Amino acid sequence: MTKMTPHVALNGVSKYFAGIRALENVDFACNRGTVHAILGENGAGKSTLIKIMAGVLEPSSGEMRLDGTKVEFLSPSQATAAGIVCIFQELSLIPDLTVADNIMIERPPRRFGLIDRRAQRARAEELLARIRCEDVDPDGLVRDLSLSRRQMVEIAKAIGKKPSVLILDEATSALTSRDVQTVYDLLGDLKKENVASLFISHRMHEVDALCDTLSVFRNGMHIETFAKGERTEKEIVRLMIGRDVEAQFPPKPPRKETKPLLEVKNLEWENRLKGIDLNIGEGEILGLGGLDGQGQKELLLALFGVLRGVTGEVKFGGKPGLPGSPAAAKKAETRVALIPEDRKTEGLMLSMPIADNLLAASFADISTGPFIDPQKARTAIKRGIETLQIKSGSTSDAVSTLSGGNQQKVVIAKWLLVSPSVILMNDPTRGIDVGTKQEIYRLMRQLADDGKAILFYSSDYAELIGCSDRVSVLYDGRVVRELEGDDINEESIVSASLNIGERAA
Amino acid sequence: MKTWSARWLTQNRGFAGAILLFLALYITYNFMHPRGFSTAVLVQNSNESVAIAFVAMAQTIPVLMGGLDLSVGAVMTLTSCIASELVNGSPAQMLLGMFLTLLSGAAFGAMNGVIVVYGRIQPIIATLATGAIAIGLALLVRPKPGGDVDGDLNWALTNTVWDFVDTYGGNPDAGWLAPFANIPVPLIILFGVPLLVWLPFRRSVTGRTIYAIGSAEGAAYMSGLPINRAKIAAFTLAGFFAACGGLYLAIQTSSGNADTVQAGTYTLNSIAAVVLGGTALMGGIGGAIGSLVGALILRVISFYFRILDIDPLLQPLIEGVVLLIAVSFGAFRTLRVKNRLELFR
Repeated sequence: MTKMTPHVALNGVSKYFAGIRALENVDFACNRGTVHAILGENGAGKSTLIKIMAGVLEPSSGEMRLDGTKVEFLSPSQATAAGIVCIFQELSLIPDLTVADNIMIERPPRRFGLIDRRAQRARAEELLARIRCEDVDPDGLVRDLSLSRRQMVEIAKAIGKKPSVLILDEATSALTSRDVQTVYDLLGDLKKENVASLFISHRMHEVDALCDTLSVFRNGMHIETFAKGERTEKEIVRLMIGRDVEAQFPPKPPRKETKPLLEVKNLEWENRLKGIDLNIGEGEILGLGGLDGQGQKELLLALFGVLRGVTGEVKFGGKPGLPGSPAAAKKAETRVALIPEDRKTEGLMLSMPIADNLLAASFADISTGPFIDPQKARTAIKRGIETLQIKSGSTSDAVSTLSGGNQQKVVIAKWLLVSPSVILMNDPTRGIDVGTKQEIYRLMRQLADDGKAILFYSSDYAELIGCSDRVSVLYDGRVVRELEGDDINEESIVSASLNIGERAA
Repeated sequence: MKTWSARWLTQNRGFAGAILLFLALYITYNFMHPRGFSTAVLVQNSNESVAIAFVAMAQTIPVLMGGLDLSVGAVMTLTSCIASELVNGSPAQMLLGMFLTLLSGAAFGAMNGVIVVYGRIQPIIATLATGAIAIGLALLVRPKPGGDVDGDLNWALTNTVWDFVDTYGGNPDAGWLAPFANIPVPLIILFGVPLLVWLPFRRSVTGRTIYAIGSAEGAAYMSGLPINRAKIAAFTLAGFFAACGGLYLAIQTSSGNADTVQAGTYTLNSIAAVVLGGTALMGGIGGAIGSLVGALILRVISFYFRILDIDPLLQPLIEGVVLLIAVSFGAFRTLRVKNRLELFR
């Protein structure tokens, strides 16, 4: 490799939060015309790194150079002006403005000092077309879009700024497979246009397909940077977690017929669920497959009593009837828990202490009369932390101080404290690191062994294959195929997801 | 893709509802009024609506950001006291007086904004304090009610276009004037100022930033929007609109009065008008024109007391009930929501 000045270089950058190290003396460089993967467990410092590059955080020490010139960003807008644009995991869209407003929000086209809406709309349409999102109405409100569409709008907004460095933080985790392909193509184009793309993803096959350079971070330190192909997947995982990993998924026990805990027949809701049939027995993990947005989320919400106007036959532990609300679901004879999709809005009260979050669903069990019993509360918190092995300083810290993986553990622990028999999980490992994922897989199997029934949706096929005893693939609000045993493989899930014939794939 | 009008309706449900409610109430009122549908009634009604409508529009802007401005009524009172001192003398002096009045309101608003932004104090508590300061200043300017606002100006601005032209020496019967002659001047002011100030503002980057802050402040920051500038601009514009209300009130009554109770009532009514006009108290949705209509609704309700011969003692009670019913219409949509999670978004 020829020695040249890298486009972006970080020299000896450290960042501390209240004395806790997030990044330690990091040297990092990336070049134009490359797709550069940043790998690491959650809490490894990846987010801190990109936040420093994007001007959200200022480094505690060290410096950043752009084409050899020292730069200091005090705000995201300064970084954008210098050509560094970041697509964050937490979406930066404004729900009450239109898609076009959002895409052009930073520098809208103007006429006589006022925003020229026609020009803005045309430019937005052009950008949406570039990422093949012609179906998104530029004049519609962002709040009316699904999560995956919003993510695409976010991408359109970013490329509209004509960046020289584009940072994608888990940008594909919420996308449908078609959109993922679009993003792949886009990254290829940008590479040709001499843009440096930084790519953070927990999906190894994505990294493998897209990136030419990989950097591994661990515990706030830059471990190694190498070109693609220099290391095997196993070696990379070892670099990331600093130890060998045993088999990724816990072994599945042999299938046996058990008492059904949840039976669903002909479940319908609005235009999204069009007659779902499924049943889960004690000790069984049923995976929900299919492309994003085929009714999986609605099914879980319906079973948890969130949706109004659901029809069909549902039996929990042999007793007919759906819970009327989440409050009823967790108190019913057959207790139901839902690990929601978005932990930041539906799973956690981010600014409240870890302890309060853990107890949030189980106040009834730890109270004497109307008052919370501090002794019972302490026991429950201890139990929750131990079961999930949550790594935290003090349980009185705000839950927002935890890393993503540990936050997700708090959500799961909260619901396990309710002692549910039926556990519904909506993409429980989205955006969390490999180590925590494996802990969650093991926990799911252990819960099943204890006789719980688990219904879980995952957008990651490997996870469905590795964890599920059976997989029901949804397409357009119906179960189009049930897979069992050796039939659970990527090929059959993909073909069923696209609703093409058993052998046609 | 939806048609333009259908989309407008779904995105502006509250505003559309407010217009319908206002039209229904006001047309009915005119039918019940012995001299309904006459210029005299319209002139009187619009005169009584200008101040509250301006204060309601002033309140809208901080509310769009997700805050409340508890000083709008007080700023109106302060500026009306200032106007009662300054708006007299030669035409040039009067114009200067009006300009200074509006400037003082805008400056007071800007001060609110600076306190909120750089003092990092929540708007509701910052403006609670500055509102009291405004009343204090008003009492210094005008310890006793009174003042001498120019009489011609009072007459010209509180009647029809015909009277306006007549007062200032034009030919009120000129042919080209005929179509406009019967329009009340206050009505022109009421719609003209927001048309010239609010609509362009809404289409500026600063205006859009205000919506963005109310909708998702974190996202606005991450998008690199000028948040501090927008916040100061929002309060400045609020002060300006409040000053428009104060100036008109002074001209209308030919005097100023540092009335603490009146200031408080106007502030509370402005919040009611904002909500009636379809602006979300959480911010991000709505607009000043909606609040204008909301204020008109509040006024029409009070007009009914005159023609229905209701005991004035009952007025607050009935006003409260009507307000509650009106804002409840906004809650009906929650009955149709099929996914209960959406209620919290």
